[in-house]
Amino acid sequence: MTYDITIEGKAYRLELNRTGEGWLCRLNGRAVDIDAVLARRDVLSVILDGKAYEVKRERTPTDMHLWVGSVRYSAQVRDPRSLRSRTGADGAHGPRKLIAPMPGKIVRVLVKENSEVDAGQGLLVVEAMKMQNEIKSPKKGVVRKIIPAAGASVSAGDVLAVVE
Amino acid sequence: MQSIRMTKPAPSMFKKILIANRGEIAVRVIRACRELGIQSVAVYSDVDRASLHVRKADEAYHIGPPAAAESYLNIDRILDAARRSGADAIHPGYGFLSENSRFAHACAAAGIKFIGPTAAAMELMGSKTRARQHLEKANIPFVPGTSRGLTSLEEAVSVAEKIGYPVMLKAAAGGGGKGMRLVHGSDQLASALESAQSEAERAFGDGEVYLEKALINPRHIEMQILADEHGATVYLGERECSIQRRHQKVLEESPSPFVDSDMQCRMGEVAVRVAQAAGYTNAGTIEFLVDQHKNFYFLEMNTRLQVEHPITELTTGLDLVHLQIRIAAGEKLPFTQDDVRLRGHAIECRIYAEDPDNNFLPSPGTITLLLAPSGPGIRRDSGMYEGWTVPIEYDPLLAKLIGYGSDRKQAAARLVRALHEYFVGGIKTNISLFRRILNDEEFQQGRVDTGYLDRLLARTPDQVTDEKSAEVAAIAAGLFAVLDPTSVAQTNGSAGSTSPSAAVASSWKKAGRSEALH
Repeated sequence: MTYDITIEGKAYRLELNRTGEGWLCRLNGRAVDIDAVLARRDVLSVILDGKAYEVKRERTPTDMHLWVGSVRYSAQVRDPRSLRSRTGADGAHGPRKLIAPMPGKIVRVLVKENSEVDAGQGLLVVEAMKMQNEIKSPKKGVVRKIIPAAGASVSAGDVLAVVE
Repeated sequence: MQSIRMTKPAPSMFKKILIANRGEIAVRVIRACRELGIQSVAVYSDVDRASLHVRKADEAYHIGPPAAAESYLNIDRILDAARRSGADAIHPGYGFLSENSRFAHACAAAGIKFIGPTAAAMELMGSKTRARQHLEKANIPFVPGTSRGLTSLEEAVSVAEKIGYPVMLKAAAGGGGKGMRLVHGSDQLASALESAQSEAERAFGDGEVYLEKALINPRHIEMQILADEHGATVYLGERECSIQRRHQKVLEESPSPFVDSDMQCRMGEVAVRVAQAAGYTNAGTIEFLVDQHKNFYFLEMNTRLQVEHPITELTTGLDLVHLQIRIAAGEKLPFTQDDVRLRGHAIECRIYAEDPDNNFLPSPGTITLLLAPSGPGIRRDSGMYEGWTVPIEYDPLLAKLIGYGSDRKQAAARLVRALHEYFVGGIKTNISLFRRILNDEEFQQGRVDTGYLDRLLARTPDQVTDEKSAEVAAIAAGLFAVLDPTSVAQTNGSAGSTSPSAAVASSWKKAGRSEALH
């Protein structure tokens, strides 16, 4: 299997194949000697050149992070053969959906549908844990849709608006 | 320590205690009840049905909608739950109704013992002006200064000499920093007084200016007391609480690296005098502001159990919640001041659901992965569990991680080690902030004051990522895709997960759905 992996914006090509005893692993073409055990869901023990690492996987509705020890790395995995793989979700073209980063209550809707907005302009205000947070537009464009009304409760991952 | 050993519970010991709170403190009190053979009653709002305190209690009563005003702050509903359950006492925890004298009154009227001070003592300490008037008679130190306008430069010079520089000149009619001058020495006093007076005159039409000792980035140090209902009051050592963000405590330790045994003794005696002057009973905390010269001034009294009480429990070997319950049941304090021995050092980290990389925005949500630390010298008081969804309605405090050691260095090292083991996935927490603090040189030297955390946060954190770890992350990303592919498929929105059991799985499914919308 070959994966295109991005860690903190840096691209890696990983070839990973099981052998009888372990793994054949090449990172950017270089052979790496690894041993790995999935300790439990989302927790991996990796031994690399005799050094032991505990790697935790964390997912939020919007992204994936891997923790090596106490350091967090944002990660994207793409299997070049898979049609289901993630595509460039942060392209500046096409409609973009605004996802609630946390559960909360919509306090205010700051813009009307079909109005023009700038990148970074506040679209809605969500309140959680007694703090109000502005949800900003990911791009310059036109607000095609605002889904929740003021007063509505939203869950993390809910689509709040579409900007085109 | 022999004399600190508890006598057998009195026959009048409570049979059932209702805990009018939620989260980690409710769990803490439920545990004490179980240890004492007392039945515990939890109360919960709509969003707390699955919370840990409800799972741990012997009985649980629903008290209303998520909004605190309609549940945890609703006196009638809580007393109704107490009556229905047959509880003979209520422990209020901290926050919510814990310092509400109306609630203490209402409990007394309902014939249910409030585990805390009397309503009268609570009212007295709840009003700063009343407390000050009352306590000045008991010779309690307040920030020194003149309480009336200065009439001449000579008077200003002599008062300033008496209380010591730096001093602050303040407009009597003032506000918003107008007419205020910080003065470091007598040579600056004449011009500062003149400009403060003229500025006050212009701003408020009143040039009256008075003088107060300037406390610059003071320390915030508090003293724990316990008082029984038979006249005995003891102090249990101080807690250093200077590390705060927006007046919210973040990390506390006991003893304070700044306080020597003589100062500890003097602070303790003042704290006992405050409590006695107020007719105070049960557990309480006297907060002091402390300047660089180890002068301390009464700030206020907290008439409840504090969030940070575990560090005192570790250094005294006492269980404050057990003692609160025994005192409320009418028992005498089973030890005297001379029996109290402080040993070792304890540091507490308040684990909040907030994002330290994003201006500490709150981060409620579902905890998808929880790896908890343990081992020597580690205590964890927690209200969370894996799979639980942190509600959006309440305080973001999730848990407290406390390190104990024979000295400060060992306690800190154990905490750093435990923080390394601690992992909370799915939501953001401030765990990384504590690594920064504990590894910071200023902290390690004990040089903390109320300005410390802002200074630390103003500095850019050291870059901790390295290429080797990034490579490990890249390899692990691929390994996860091979070894633990289920959740990957779910995240990609393609696997219609039908697992009805796991709340975690369903939250992933939801996440998957939203991702599929991209």
